[in-house]
Amino acid sequence: MNDAMIALRDVHKYYGDYHALRGISADIRPGEFFSLLGPSGCGKTTLLRVIAGFEDVNSGSLMIDGRHMEEVAPNKRPTNMVFQSYAIFPHLSVAQNVGFGLRRLPIDEAEKTRRIGEALEMVGLAGFGERAATALSGGQRQRVALARALILKPKVLLLDEPLSALDKKLRENMQVELIKLQRQVGITFILVTHDQEEALVMSDRIAVMFDGGIAQLDDPETLYRRPKTRAVADFIGVMNFLPATVTGEGDGYQIEMPGLGRASLTADQAPGAASGGPASVGLRPETLTVLFEGQRGEREVEALVEEVVYYGDMTYYDMRIEGVDDPITLSMRNVPGRDVLERGAKARLGWSPGALVLFR
Amino acid sequence: MRKRISGLGIYAVAYLVFLYLPVVLLPLFAFNDATIIAFPLSGFTTAWFGQLLEIEALHAAVVNSLWIGVTTAVLSTILGICAARASARFEFPAKRGIMGLIMLPLVLPEIIVAVSLLVVLLGIGIELSSWTVILGHVLICTPFSIAILNSAFLALDRSLEEAAYDLGETRWSTFRLITLPLVMPGIISSLLISFTISLDEFIIAFFLSAAEPTLPVYIWGQLRFPTKIPAIMALGTILVALSILLLAIAEYFRRRGIARTGGKDTGGFL
Repeated sequence: MNDAMIALRDVHKYYGDYHALRGISADIRPGEFFSLLGPSGCGKTTLLRVIAGFEDVNSGSLMIDGRHMEEVAPNKRPTNMVFQSYAIFPHLSVAQNVGFGLRRLPIDEAEKTRRIGEALEMVGLAGFGERAATALSGGQRQRVALARALILKPKVLLLDEPLSALDKKLRENMQVELIKLQRQVGITFILVTHDQEEALVMSDRIAVMFDGGIAQLDDPETLYRRPKTRAVADFIGVMNFLPATVTGEGDGYQIEMPGLGRASLTADQAPGAASGGPASVGLRPETLTVLFEGQRGEREVEALVEEVVYYGDMTYYDMRIEGVDDPITLSMRNVPGRDVLERGAKARLGWSPGALVLFR
Repeated sequence: MRKRISGLGIYAVAYLVFLYLPVVLLPLFAFNDATIIAFPLSGFTTAWFGQLLEIEALHAAVVNSLWIGVTTAVLSTILGICAARASARFEFPAKRGIMGLIMLPLVLPEIIVAVSLLVVLLGIGIELSSWTVILGHVLICTPFSIAILNSAFLALDRSLEEAAYDLGETRWSTFRLITLPLVMPGIISSLLISFTISLDEFIIAFFLSAAEPTLPVYIWGQLRFPTKIPAIMALGTILVALSILLLAIAEYFRRRGIARTGGKDTGGFL
């Protein structure tokens, strides 16, 4: 028996000859904030629409809350969706939009009005009920769409890139609000996004998708620190890749890298867990540090500053290390009293073998 | 900005004069107190309009035309809704070919449509009546309805229908609650334009109308009698005013529809 809210088993979807979903299997837990993350065309929206019931699957099974969903139409599923375009009904008022799902419930007008008021309050739009839906701003439409989808108290809320149409500031505010809202209502949220930062900020767990398949399904920290493949590592955040040779493996790995020398890694630093084949290691920019007078690193290497990108709170440097073909990107927090290095300056870098990830 | 008269400007003015001068002459002679259509004008009268009220054959023709126009408008709009929705929403085999064939009467000479319909109807032994005129008019109006409604359906965000379906409505109630109200301006615009086309249409009506002439057919018959021409001018004036009014209403609804669905105006018939 399975206590997952949503259980996907080997789901395949074809559009003609195009294989959009290639054997998706995943369990999504009750009350979880789950994200489907991937570049456009990876199948994340298709998967969301399969869960909503707008797309049939060619093979495989989908269960929601313990019930098989293959023969259940979208209007009978315990899911509701927030569309990318918000799909606000332009000929109805805000209250009529929000209360649209109540039409078929056996409740009286007073109860409907109460529930609409409650839903509007939940999304911070109390008192907006009588406005025309078309007179709202982007952020307000987003809230109407949320209230409308939550009013039926679905078991699962599906969000199709709900923040992509908002500007950066508003998007960051809405991210926080969505997290709060999800904790408040306590239901499963499934978010589709191509924005890795958004997924990291909001999710309990993330499924990274490429080419119709799930490349890795983990919590944000594991995804970031222990990506299983180079593709996942590259998609989430910035990562430097260096060629490496595995010189010994047993309990962990002994590796040798040009420029950085030898290091030994623990078994969990190779989450992809393959053996043989050409190897490479990944290094996140923030695990490297520029060492100033008197500072010591766990391991040290000489480098030349090749490019400086100033971000205000952070500075990104491209560093040239002798023996390494590509420059290594490094990020430093800008602290008062410490100058930003200039191009062409020499620097000592500190790095730690524990921060490396081995890919094969 | 410096104003200058360009060749294109002259061409545009000449074009408009050529297009609209005859129409302007119509009301001019309709109010002229003389049976002969010629300048100089002799005086103002509304007698020709009064005369219209007394011709019973004209009244029969008006009623016949209205009946044919309304029926044509309703039928071609219903057909247009089905075809436009299918074309805007679904992919099906040979879609382009099928839509092309449906739209063909738009460019087919009416005389050919009329003659071939007449031959076929007589061949299978259907008697000519106002229904045969309606048949012909639906044939030429449906492409216009489809063109108008297709843009209305295309401007409709598909996720609106999905959202209603997702919120518990059935496919039919979604159509009724969401789709229909949002394409309603297009429907009204289609009704008005097909009605106007049917009201003005002569060739098909002439070939297929048998003993009950439509208004244009009646007018054509009257042109043989010079004394009746001023009254025909008066009638023409009313028809022109009515057509302009109907087309203006149709355009108003088309624009409102676009504004409502939040789309961008990509140009219409007017």
